[in-house]
Amino acid sequence: MAAALQTAAALMASSNLVVNSERFRFGSLLRSPAGRKGSVLVVKSDGRHSVSFNAGLRGGHLITNAVAAKSEASAKSTDSKPGHEVLLFEALREGLEEEMDRDPRVCIMGEDVGHYGGSYKVTKGLAEKYGDLRVLDTPIAENSFTGMGIGAAMMGLRPVVEGMNMGFLLLAFNQISNNCGMLHYTSGGQFTIPIVIRGPGGVGRQLGAEHSQRLESYFQSIPGLQMVACSTPYNAKGLMKAAIRSENPVVLFEHVLLYNLKERIPDEDYICCLEEAEMVRPGEQVTILTYSRMRYHVMQAAKTLVNKGYDPEVIDIRSLKPFDLYRIGNSVKKTHRVLIVEECMRTGGIGASLRAAIIDNFWDYLDAPVMCLSSQDVPTPYAGTLEDWTVVQPAQIVAAVEQLCQ
Amino acid sequence: MSISLFMSISLATYPSIGHQTKANKERQSEKPPLDLSSFLPHLLDLFSLLHSTMGLWFVRSRLAHHLGQKMASLGALQRRSWPSVSFLQLWNPLPSELVGGFSSNPINRWSDQRFASVKAESAAPVDDRCRYQVMDFPGGKVMFIPEMRFLAESPGERISCYRVLDDDGQTISGSSFQEVSKEIALKMYGDMVTLQVMDTIFYEAQRQGRISFYVTSIGEEAINVASAAALTIDDIVFPQYREPGVLLWRGFTLQEFANQCFGNKSDYGKGRQMPIHYGSNRLNYFTVSSPIATQIPHAVGAAYSLKMDKKHACAVTYFGDGGTSEGDFHAALNFAAVMEVPVIFFCRNNGWAISTPTTEQFRSDGAVIRGQAYGLRSIRVDGNDALAVYSAVHEAREMAIRESRPILVEALTYRVGHHSTSDDSTKYRPVDEIEHWRTARDPVSRYRKWIERNGWWCDDAESELRSNVRKELLHAIQAAEKMDKPPLAELFTDVYDQVPSNLHEQERLLRETIKQHPGDYPPEVPV
Repeated sequence: MAAALQTAAALMASSNLVVNSERFRFGSLLRSPAGRKGSVLVVKSDGRHSVSFNAGLRGGHLITNAVAAKSEASAKSTDSKPGHEVLLFEALREGLEEEMDRDPRVCIMGEDVGHYGGSYKVTKGLAEKYGDLRVLDTPIAENSFTGMGIGAAMMGLRPVVEGMNMGFLLLAFNQISNNCGMLHYTSGGQFTIPIVIRGPGGVGRQLGAEHSQRLESYFQSIPGLQMVACSTPYNAKGLMKAAIRSENPVVLFEHVLLYNLKERIPDEDYICCLEEAEMVRPGEQVTILTYSRMRYHVMQAAKTLVNKGYDPEVIDIRSLKPFDLYRIGNSVKKTHRVLIVEECMRTGGIGASLRAAIIDNFWDYLDAPVMCLSSQDVPTPYAGTLEDWTVVQPAQIVAAVEQLCQ
Repeated sequence: MSISLFMSISLATYPSIGHQTKANKERQSEKPPLDLSSFLPHLLDLFSLLHSTMGLWFVRSRLAHHLGQKMASLGALQRRSWPSVSFLQLWNPLPSELVGGFSSNPINRWSDQRFASVKAESAAPVDDRCRYQVMDFPGGKVMFIPEMRFLAESPGERISCYRVLDDDGQTISGSSFQEVSKEIALKMYGDMVTLQVMDTIFYEAQRQGRISFYVTSIGEEAINVASAAALTIDDIVFPQYREPGVLLWRGFTLQEFANQCFGNKSDYGKGRQMPIHYGSNRLNYFTVSSPIATQIPHAVGAAYSLKMDKKHACAVTYFGDGGTSEGDFHAALNFAAVMEVPVIFFCRNNGWAISTPTTEQFRSDGAVIRGQAYGLRSIRVDGNDALAVYSAVHEAREMAIRESRPILVEALTYRVGHHSTSDDSTKYRPVDEIEHWRTARDPVSRYRKWIERNGWWCDDAESELRSNVRKELLHAIQAAEKMDKPPLAELFTDVYDQVPSNLHEQERLLRETIKQHPGDYPPEVPV
């Protein structure tokens, strides 16, 4: 675990970051018109053209591309190290495959998850290996395939339901809230629903409002649901495996822009705790709480902050429900200052809940008001600049920390 | 050809034709509020079109189309204040002879010419040339035809209804049905009577304020019990809320029913659900969820699981006629057909979804016809005929499991009781209609005549059964009422597999509050 953290940290500190992220960003741009059919494999191969196109579309002053893949040089240098290198979507796939090997009750269902391999290739090759029944392509009806998953789960299977895009899961909201979250309770514990609902979400690269949903806040108040957001290949795999093994319904948030993130992960079996926050960068001055893609915006900002002489502590909260108030509390007690950075909606978002929890629990330890940087309360616009202004940028994070530490 | 085509177009766009119910006719006497502005545009349309060169048939069909849409939206807004029939009479500015007499209309001759080529082609005999006009299309070969032929909105005749017992409880000669042993037949009758008694007494208990809510199954006893009798305990039931008879058949005791309705500590649901929302893991009866039709995709998921495990069982889900309007119903039928899973969809078409009659619920011939559209084998059955329900479900189950396929069963019946204790159905349907179904069409007495004719039943047995059930139930209710409610800790369990820290914290705070303000909390709840 610690090794992986270091790897992640090294990744962020890499000088190749900007170049790589430009590559990634352009790939997404090209991909965006295709929308649902977009493939991460295509993304990679498009990288070469990125520089000119990219510059034309967006102002250079915005550092929006804090997602990175390792350069070839660094990949070579780690060849001798233990573990293996994977992209995030491959890590998710590994997690699925290992759990399907381990437990015959695990099955996958959703649109185009079969031989097509899923829109982001997370289930690639699994239909060939486990058959069409265990990796089930369903007709299009989010509410009903989620309901089907719930029915199967109550019968003892452990379905992993893929929402092709998290935004489409709003169509399944009734099943998720009324049935998935409640039946265990209303049945008096007679029926359990060990289901995993997962899929790509978050603000991508110009995918428009419906494909750029920040749904964490919608789901957070549904009793009975557990929610985690992955952010690195290591925790993606670990959380996927833990979610499948959990007796509770778990919503696993993946981020469209993180699927191509590369990292060296252990060869051996491991899982991540579903309720645990992850220390990304220990520090003394201020606690920055974040998750999913914003972790990389925070790390961009952290680099600047360190250069300016600040020492921020960065925690990826990972568990969106329940919050890991133990680790978060320890950090607050140390730094006495908290900044929350999220992609979620400002009103009623994860950050709002987290801020309330911190004020409730750690008021006496706070030396400054808890700050929260969230996305604007607007549907995510399509145009690149508008989209950039919708989500939190590293410069805002730097400014917020400077204000907090005055 | 052209004439029949026009006729079918204009008929197709009059949604009300052929759907005049008793209720609808009654409503015609009510004067609808006339909103001139809403159909003024149609009149303008009419005039402009009359002066155009398009021809009267087009005017008519287009108008009718507009009206169809208008009526649909009106229907949604003010269902009962706008009877569709009188609406048609109101707007129709055409001389009545034109409505039925197209042939005498000179404009029609024009339209004959307009479609002359179509007619000529369709009149040609089917020759070899036509036989070659076949396209391979996913799903099979599709024949090309030169005629422009719209599928009719409904088959000319309504789907017939399978029945074994006539109104007098005699088996109809020549009817094919599944033999029922004396033992099963008597258990079926016993459970139907028990269900009746249970409904009567629980309903009364609700009226006395002892429970908050209740839903009766009166009129649907045969559906409840006979369908359950045709299944095995391994078949997985996803009920709505009007099938407690299935649970009864499977061995749920009157005490267990009472415990649930009173939400005491012995209730399997730990006092967390409204009365009637039963659930029993032991009896493969999944806990009822209130929103309509959400259980239908669950059944498909369960059937998928059964198929995967190669079990000799099927999933069965129940829902009403109202439930067939939900998207979940349509998607679930489609899913099941595509995935070829063993599931029985059982629609209790009882005529009413709270106050909405089936004529305002759908325009198809009930639910059964939809099975075919989704590629399901389907049957319509007399829901008040226990033997017909038993036989149909028995056969449906055999096919579902043997061939791993979904089957749709639509039982025609009537919701004799109110929708629930929160409803008074005499406000929206005639009392004599209810009475007719409660007496002349009562499934329990019809079935009783059959077992009596077999020499299996008599008046003495009847009164003994009713009195025993009554005694047992009253005792069960007393016991259930006296029993403690679930303890406070149960408020926080089963949200997750283990109580998480935030819920522990909430529980602690609640206990503290109760300790500080004991007078504000009910004393009988164990803290």
